[in-house]
Amino acid sequence: MTSGQQNSNSGNNIAAAGLAVRALATRELVRFFRQRTRIIGALGQPLIFWILFGAGLRGSFQAPEWAPAGMTYQEYFFPGIVVLIILFTAIFSTISLIEDRREGFLQGVLVAPIPRFSIVLGKLVGGTLLALIQAVLFLAIGPLLSLVGLAPAMQMDWSFGGVVAVAGFLILVAFALTALGYLIAWPMESTQGFHAIMSVFLMPMWLLSGAFFPVPDSGWLSWIMRANPLTYGVAGLRQLMYSGVEVTNSSQLPDVRMCVLTMFLFGLICTIIAVWMTGRRKSADQR
Amino acid sequence: MIDISELTHYYGSHCALNSVSLTVSSGSILGILGPNGSGKTTLFRILSTLYPVQQGQVTLVGISLTKDPAHIRHKIGVTFQAPSLDPRLTVEENLRYQGFLYGLAGNRLRDRIRELMQRLKLSDRLKDRVQSLSGGMQRRVEIAKGLLHDPQILILDEPSTGLDPGARIDLWIYLQQLRDESGMTILVTTHLMEEAERCDQLAILDRGVIAATGSPEELRSSLGGDCLTIKTEEPAQLQERIAADFQLSFQQVGNSLRLEAPAGHELLRNLVEAYPEEIQSVALGKPTLEDVFIARTGHQFWGAETE
Repeated sequence: MTSGQQNSNSGNNIAAAGLAVRALATRELVRFFRQRTRIIGALGQPLIFWILFGAGLRGSFQAPEWAPAGMTYQEYFFPGIVVLIILFTAIFSTISLIEDRREGFLQGVLVAPIPRFSIVLGKLVGGTLLALIQAVLFLAIGPLLSLVGLAPAMQMDWSFGGVVAVAGFLILVAFALTALGYLIAWPMESTQGFHAIMSVFLMPMWLLSGAFFPVPDSGWLSWIMRANPLTYGVAGLRQLMYSGVEVTNSSQLPDVRMCVLTMFLFGLICTIIAVWMTGRRKSADQR
Repeated sequence: MIDISELTHYYGSHCALNSVSLTVSSGSILGILGPNGSGKTTLFRILSTLYPVQQGQVTLVGISLTKDPAHIRHKIGVTFQAPSLDPRLTVEENLRYQGFLYGLAGNRLRDRIRELMQRLKLSDRLKDRVQSLSGGMQRRVEIAKGLLHDPQILILDEPSTGLDPGARIDLWIYLQQLRDESGMTILVTTHLMEEAERCDQLAILDRGVIAATGSPEELRSSLGGDCLTIKTEEPAQLQERIAADFQLSFQQVGNSLRLEAPAGHELLRNLVEAYPEEIQSVALGKPTLEDVFIARTGHQFWGAETE
């Protein structure tokens, strides 16, 4: 085979993979919009949490030292809820992987002549887009609630550059969390198993990410929270959302570049493992 | 077109396929006939590239399955026993995404979908959600899905599962059309004798071992003459008495005794006269594929499952 042929072959392979990713990702979106209840679950519950916790914990909240003056608990909680929405969406879209396996759709995909990474990417791109859509919806709805008194006035940066940076970072977080969900869901045979993992691993991961309460200065809790990759997702989002406002530098909030790098590496590692798992052909896999 | 030699597959310590060898020539329908648990689905999954080849050699369209499964995936169409359609999507969406997975797009894909839907008489259901279709229609869409990229080999796992008799007949007419008009090589697994009868070649699979191969006609005539089945309450006892009185060795299968004999009607008369009390009923007939299965494996078709 000449090198020219090889080049055109690898070009074809990339085109084929691109088409496959597009097909699988589009399917995720089409399915999502045909199941109205999923939208309510992924967006409604976080919205209610935000309003109720925001109102209930207002009195006992002590703003961390980096926070801009006058930050209420509900405002503190706002980026945390955005990350919760992304987490929920990532969970829902990777649970569909278990359903695809059970309902049979996955076997058709597995015998298709596409590189295994495109199966993973199709799911991850689909999940990321869904998470982004819902997070952006919430980012738009949340501040509007202050008009009816359900939310405080917030001091976020709504400049064009700020919004683009936030959206870019949200894509990174959504991709990483969907990849994490993928490698949890891939070996699972039932959705119940996934729910168990969700309550003992994914929810605590979110609770200990600085989304719900600030990272303490010392103690065992602070160590767990610092080791949690999602802490960097929440911290990065906070700083990008408040980039126009005074955020005091503090050991409690890692540097934005550090946050981006951590999320990127976390997503990359999860994706690599997911691709590896998908490429393995095991006799027990499709039983 | 399909070349399998000494294929062996284990699940842990359980041997699902034991040194299976088969050849299928181009443009014919091969049926893998066996009861549940005989290993036919394992064989199907290896051929469709879902399971790895553990031991042995498999060559499809001249390509080794061990060396280049990705290339083989282009050449084969696969129809699963369990539905692989997304019920929440329309027929067209299912087929379109399938086309994308096989590198088809644009006009070429649209024309191909239209052509297949016409041939399978589904043109008016393109915009309907799959979940609103009858079982027979869903199965036809499954087959269309497997044929979309114009494969050289079509592999089907128990394709008539969940189909009513009418839809089953339609399915087979269509498979035979595919063979005749497109020269497609088709491999189909089944546990139904009537389906096995329609195949060009059959391989009888029992507990992971190929018990017999040949065309349905060859297999039946290999038994020779008529097939005599006696129902009795004491099969072992009667078997011994017949052996002593007639020098004939009947095979005991469950509660009955059976034998292939060249002139069954005479034997039938003699036996009924000799043991009027012991014999509950007698059946005489040309051998069926079920008889072939019993003769070659020594047990009933559905008996193996429970052991």
